[in-house]
Amino acid sequence: MSATALRTAAAAVAAVVLIAAPFGLTAYGVYVLSLWAITTIAAIGLNLTFGYAGLVSLGQGAFVGIGAYVTALLTTRGWPFAAAYVLAFAACCAIGWGLGYPALRVRRPYLAFITLAFGTFVFLMFRNEEWLTGGMYGINRVPRPSVLGLSTAAPLGCYYFCLLNLIVASAAVWWLVRSPWGRALAALRENPLRAAALGVDTRRYAVMAFALGAGLGGVSGVLYAALLQYVDPTPFSLTMSVSLLLMVVMGGSGCFFGPFLGAAVAVVLPEGLRFAQNYYLFAYALAAIVLMAFCPTGLIGLGERLMTAFARPRAAAAKAPP
Amino acid sequence: MADVLQLLVAGLATGAVYALAAIGFTLLWQASQTINFAQGEFVMLPAFFVLFAMNALGLPFPAAILVGIATGVLVLGWLFKQAVVAPTIRHGALPLVISTIALGLLLKEGVKAFYGAEAQAFPPLGGAANVSIAGAIVSLQSLLVIAIAVAAVAALQAFLDHTRTGRSIQATAQNPGVARILGIPVERMILYTFLINAALTALAAILITPVYLANFTNGEWLGLYAFVAAIAGGLNMRGAIAGGLLLGFMDNLSAAYLSAAYRSALPLAILLAVVLFRPQGLLGRVEEPV
Repeated sequence: MSATALRTAAAAVAAVVLIAAPFGLTAYGVYVLSLWAITTIAAIGLNLTFGYAGLVSLGQGAFVGIGAYVTALLTTRGWPFAAAYVLAFAACCAIGWGLGYPALRVRRPYLAFITLAFGTFVFLMFRNEEWLTGGMYGINRVPRPSVLGLSTAAPLGCYYFCLLNLIVASAAVWWLVRSPWGRALAALRENPLRAAALGVDTRRYAVMAFALGAGLGGVSGVLYAALLQYVDPTPFSLTMSVSLLLMVVMGGSGCFFGPFLGAAVAVVLPEGLRFAQNYYLFAYALAAIVLMAFCPTGLIGLGERLMTAFARPRAAAAKAPP
Repeated sequence: MADVLQLLVAGLATGAVYALAAIGFTLLWQASQTINFAQGEFVMLPAFFVLFAMNALGLPFPAAILVGIATGVLVLGWLFKQAVVAPTIRHGALPLVISTIALGLLLKEGVKAFYGAEAQAFPPLGGAANVSIAGAIVSLQSLLVIAIAVAAVAALQAFLDHTRTGRSIQATAQNPGVARILGIPVERMILYTFLINAALTALAAILITPVYLANFTNGEWLGLYAFVAAIAGGLNMRGAIAGGLLLGFMDNLSAAYLSAAYRSALPLAILLAVVLFRPQGLLGRVEEPV
């Protein structure tokens, strides 16, 4: 009970900090924070797939790309932003379902290979189908939406729009993993055989987790297009899918706050380490390998381990007679 | 007819290289439950070892090839097993999957940061000579690639079937528990599998890099093709050969007769076709889903 209260309090404090943060930052700082919120949404989706369902997806970057391109293509042709938003989410969920359903018929690792092939295919489509996507030049002048009559054209407005999306998405996932659906998912991750024996349709749950994760990737892409107002193929390569996966793992997979921390390490930290820009991804990958070898539960797991290590001598000291 | 022959030779040459990478991938998966997502980077990196030996150490090309293969076996075989796989596999298969994915990124970014992002020319084994067979002009390089790959696979097959160590490796791949009871040093056999995989990928690198230039991003598509070949084949050695050759042939065919868009959809289309219509792969056996 106290742990839940602590977590709720921490979430409330974090929300207040995030709402107040832009006032101490430059326009660029606000942009980085917006990018962090957007990346976190994609990582939360992937955490649903990897952390809660135990499925490896190497295609989350492609779903972000699809969301971004759907938004750019539709809004520059005069469609309302809300329609693009809904369509991008639905399209990514549907594609996720279409890929996950056959892949999970066979073996769980096969989803990783199919999403890898899918991501490569999507990237090449963005680059080669110039009649639709503009090829390497991309699509310019993506309009920013106005939400409930409030414009998001200014950096601050756009940031709050991204933050609102992040809060809604995390609340939805928070509720989802505590629902009977989420509990079945956890059972599936802990012991697929037992879950199947208890009557959980393991494949359907796994596919749903993957499809929803893909949908959140799409939402992240919608916001990405709105934030940058420009979409080109370069960011949506395999590297994005891999670094999203590493974010989830670094933060702590299957842990609610893991993606927030992982995205911060991947998006905000490099801004402070500008001098090491060329070596950042190298160091990031190295850190992930070391973490997997010594603490697969990620930074949050590492933190918990350190806390118990510090708490134990103190507890022992308290127990000892004076 | 001449066109078909030309395509066949080119397809066999690239397919043979995919097969080498796919065989190594399959051996690792079977013998040590290591799904190596960095397999493509394992084919990308040895080419840079060779280039480094030539450009920085000033070695002639044949000596540089030997240095490249030896360094590959040491780094991508022994060091990979001891420093990455051994400490991670204690925690289960999933952390190791993540670790090899991260390793792929590490090698790619490492080459980009420490060697360079520009594509580098890589000398072919057979020069630029062409041979005329039945009216078709095929490059000597393609024929050499096919010959070397066939020799390598035949040697590996003979080693696995006709030596005591080779049969112990097969036993380890089939059932590590029983192999251990029979007194086979399972850990040592697994290490051998890693060394064989590294040797195969180093060889693949030397055979394919002259065609596509040495580039840090090569691992992305090389890995994908190796995975598709291994899975389409059915995760066994003969299947990996069949899958590799099929993929190489279809890749060259679609490049010649179809648009680039269809070509880029080939790996995805083959994977989906396999899981939908023949989940056990071309030459695989049916088993319970895991």
